[in-house]
Amino acid sequence: MQLARVIGDVVMTRKDANLEGITLLIVQPLAPDHTPVGRPIVAVDSVGAGIGEEVFFVRGKEASFPFHPAEPPVDAGIVGIVDHWDLG
Amino acid sequence: MQICRVIGTVVATQKHRKFEAAKLLLVQPLNIDDTPRGNALLAVDGVGAGVDEKVLVVLEGRAAGEALGRKGAPVDAAIIGIIDTVSIDE
Repeated sequence: MQLARVIGDVVMTRKDANLEGITLLIVQPLAPDHTPVGRPIVAVDSVGAGIGEEVFFVRGKEASFPFHPAEPPVDAGIVGIVDHWDLG
Repeated sequence: MQICRVIGTVVATQKHRKFEAAKLLLVQPLNIDDTPRGNALLAVDGVGAGVDEKVLVVLEGRAAGEALGRKGAPVDAAIIGIIDTVSIDE
């Protein structure tokens, strides 16, 4: 899992039937000092995240687990909104 | 998932049986500002995408097989939707 900031969203009308009703957000992975690192990717949202929020997301088939028993064909999903993090 | 643009179609007569009747498209990954990033790749299409359209591509094997509607298909990328709009608000 990785820390990220939600920086945008994607809207699709024609899509896989299993994506119906699922929100797609663009997340920018973050370094521990809150600076952007790497490239943004598109992730599904299962926790009600919004633009500007800091979140964590999971990669891989596991991103579809929050939507069980539906199996949307996704490879990245936001699974938590981060209140804050502290470095030792 | 990765935002891509469809840049071509691929025809292959001899292929694994799980590809029968599947449409194969050549897609170019894009940066957020729509510039190309990296090398183009092949994706199966389950939504009826066409050349020049901006699409969302899943880059994971099992998910791509589900998008194709065939579990166990030897695929690692599938188009899962045609993008209407992308909004960025940094």
